[in-house]
Amino acid sequence: DIPDALCERDKVKFTVHTKTTLSSFQKPDFSVPRQHEDFIWLHDTLVETEDYAGLIIPPAPPKPDFESPREKMHKLGEGEATMTKEEYTKMKQELEAEYLAVFKKTVQVHEVFLQRLSSHPVLSKDRNFQIFLEYDQDLSVRRKNAKEMFGGFFKNMVKSADEVLIAGVKEVDDFFEQEKTFLLDYFSKIKEATAKAEKMTRSHKNIADDYIRLSATLNSLSAEESTNYYFIKFCLKLFQNFLCVCLKKVEGRVASDEELKLTELLRYYMRDIQAAKDLLYRRARALADYENSNKALDKARLKGKDVSQAEEHQKRCLQKFDTLSESGKKELTNFKARRVVAFRKNLVEMAELEVKHAKNNMTLLQGCIELLSGN
Amino acid sequence: MADSIRDPPAENTDFQELEDGEDLLSESAAARESQPASLPAVDISTKSNGPKQESLFDEDTEDLFAEATEEVSLDSPERDVLLSEGPSPAITPITPPISVISPRIGHAHDDMFTHSSFDEIEEEEGGDSFDIHISVSDPEKVGDGMNAYMAYKVTTKTSVALFKQRDFSVKRRFSDFLGLHSKLASKYLHIGYIVPPAPEKSIVGMTKVKVGKEDQSSNEFVEKRRSALERYLMRTVKHPILLKDPDVLQFLESSELPRAVNTQALSSAGILRMVNKAAEAVNKMTIKMNESDAWFEEKQQHFENLDAQLRKLHASVECLVCHRKELSVNTAQFAKSAAMLGNSEDHTALSRALSQLAEVEEKIDQLHQDQANADFYLFSELLGDYVRLITAVKGVFDQRMKTWQKWQDSQMLLQKKREAEAKLQFTNKPDKLQQTKDEIKELEGKVQQGERDFEQISKTIRKEVSRFEKDRVKDFKMSIVKYLESLVQTQQQLIKYWEAFLPEAKAIS
Repeated sequence: DIPDALCERDKVKFTVHTKTTLSSFQKPDFSVPRQHEDFIWLHDTLVETEDYAGLIIPPAPPKPDFESPREKMHKLGEGEATMTKEEYTKMKQELEAEYLAVFKKTVQVHEVFLQRLSSHPVLSKDRNFQIFLEYDQDLSVRRKNAKEMFGGFFKNMVKSADEVLIAGVKEVDDFFEQEKTFLLDYFSKIKEATAKAEKMTRSHKNIADDYIRLSATLNSLSAEESTNYYFIKFCLKLFQNFLCVCLKKVEGRVASDEELKLTELLRYYMRDIQAAKDLLYRRARALADYENSNKALDKARLKGKDVSQAEEHQKRCLQKFDTLSESGKKELTNFKARRVVAFRKNLVEMAELEVKHAKNNMTLLQGCIELLSGN
Repeated sequence: MADSIRDPPAENTDFQELEDGEDLLSESAAARESQPASLPAVDISTKSNGPKQESLFDEDTEDLFAEATEEVSLDSPERDVLLSEGPSPAITPITPPISVISPRIGHAHDDMFTHSSFDEIEEEEGGDSFDIHISVSDPEKVGDGMNAYMAYKVTTKTSVALFKQRDFSVKRRFSDFLGLHSKLASKYLHIGYIVPPAPEKSIVGMTKVKVGKEDQSSNEFVEKRRSALERYLMRTVKHPILLKDPDVLQFLESSELPRAVNTQALSSAGILRMVNKAAEAVNKMTIKMNESDAWFEEKQQHFENLDAQLRKLHASVECLVCHRKELSVNTAQFAKSAAMLGNSEDHTALSRALSQLAEVEEKIDQLHQDQANADFYLFSELLGDYVRLITAVKGVFDQRMKTWQKWQDSQMLLQKKREAEAKLQFTNKPDKLQQTKDEIKELEGKVQQGERDFEQISKTIRKEVSRFEKDRVKDFKMSIVKYLESLVQTQQQLIKYWEAFLPEAKAIS
């Protein structure tokens, strides 16, 4: 089943569309409106479910960020009086393009989240997930009020302190040891790479913006030169049209494509690795519990009371630890494979796009040169 | 007379290989039956002015040598050279080598002679003989500490007959260029020629170089200055009149140049210049000119607008250059982090792909940097130059206003004197009357002169402006094409790099 998603208006309502052949659903084909908060709720419930402690929960999609287009819209509204009509329409166009780009990105991220859930053998059977997909009415998810937010924050702090403590626990399994070091290292590297890629994409966007401004100025310049009888107006108009109008579009597209493929990829995997780390953490926690329970059992045996209780406890911990280890191993190997595939796909696509854009650019420019020198 | 003037140039189409100066002289003299042979200089001057200024000849030919203060004809600059105190050096003796037609400037006659022959060549042959290419290269630091300066090698390759050799070079320093400009400005600006402005002095930049910082910014500064100087010289020699100026020729050819001291930033001459500029600005505001010629009004408006537009464009292009440099820096950083990521990746194919990505990005970063440089040198500097040139053009228009003002002033004075004379008619003071009458005569002469000056400058400006516009169009077009070509190259390289990366990326499994 593939949840599709459309979107609208300010409060970003997604339309989740599901097509399925699974019998657990009432209808084979249905859609429901959802908001971003609903996605977050789903994610949080999955995380909090004990049974899924051994699984990597796909990271929640980030809040849709329409800040920059909104800012631009604001500027546009303010400057409406001062700008010429053409500048205004141009800015509006550019604003719309940017809005569209952000929108696409957001939709994609939410979609990926749901798709991963549905392709996971265990998680897709989750009752909450099914409710999420099916429930006709508004889920009316209670937004986390302040107390809960604070609670969540506190929990995070405890968790990170715990992580530090657990880091000292000796790892019994080689596989996990390796994974841990690898993931930690990789995480920091990927975080850095993401930051740099973001900067790079932003520079590209800046250049595209510059081209826009350049074309506006050239436009007015050519209007001024219309009195010049040496055809310079023609040259300038050509220059402006080809170079700036088209080039800027292409350049802008390069920037956004690059961002989608590269930066987003890195960003997503950064979060994914965080989720994997969480899994490791949980496992480590379970190991610690197990060891604690061992110690407790020994103490109980020494003291001679509550032995059976402690035994029970220990057995449970061991069980938990084992299940976690097993599913963890599976998940992590899957994760690696998944990661490699995703990287490959995105890198290939990015390279292809770059080539395509560069070729476009080139033909445009060459055409322009021919026209100019032939004049 | 206009017809006969045109005939000689038509006949002498083979002037390109003018071997013997004397032949030319005699030929021209022969062609000029209408003119007395005893004034060969006069002949040539009229011929040289040729199709350009027909109406002027009737008035000027006789006056040419008569009036010392005559500033009207094109030949006066050369004469100014002789009359002015400092700028041009002592008359360098000319030995006409066989391959070069024109004797060098030494004599008023010879001045006009070179002038004419050159003009003819230019008019007839159009492009080929006007082949001069100047390059400024090899900046080297001479001296030490605060007295250090950069010496640039100015190499001239030319087939223009004016020069003694075809290929020569001299060493010059920045203040020499400034000196050249100030000399040219003082000679030509007030008769309406557009003198290309020299690159600006930059105290901060020069101090860094002097102090000996061998870092990136001072290298860039030297490079910027070098290319600005080259463009300045090329523009100066493109101007047909300025090319023949003895100062220019001396600048390009002679190995030793008297040090132009009054171009120093903190000298007394510098301060004097600033005061003058302020005074001129105030004057400009007070002169209210009665513009009778719509052409000038329109042109002035046009230049104002153009100025504003070019400034805006220049600002945006500078922004573009800045951002592209930023992009290249960011790309380099990303390349590094991608390389690290590739290192820590344990899947070998992916790791290799990531390192390849890092390499690609590194190459792209270099590419972006080159593109930024091209942006700058081809586009941004061009615009900056033209902004400054337009300021020079506006200065020329201001000169015209000043000339007009002078004319009006002398006219008013004449008026007053006439009134005074009328009054004196009734009083019985014969000697005073006579004095007034003399003054009136003098003033009448001045008024006529002022009027002629004004006409002359208007004409010159018209010609200059059309030449300027033509050149500007050519310049812009050429630069734009070059810039676009650089962009094309960048794109081609990008394609190459990404296509090389593609199989690597595909190889991940």
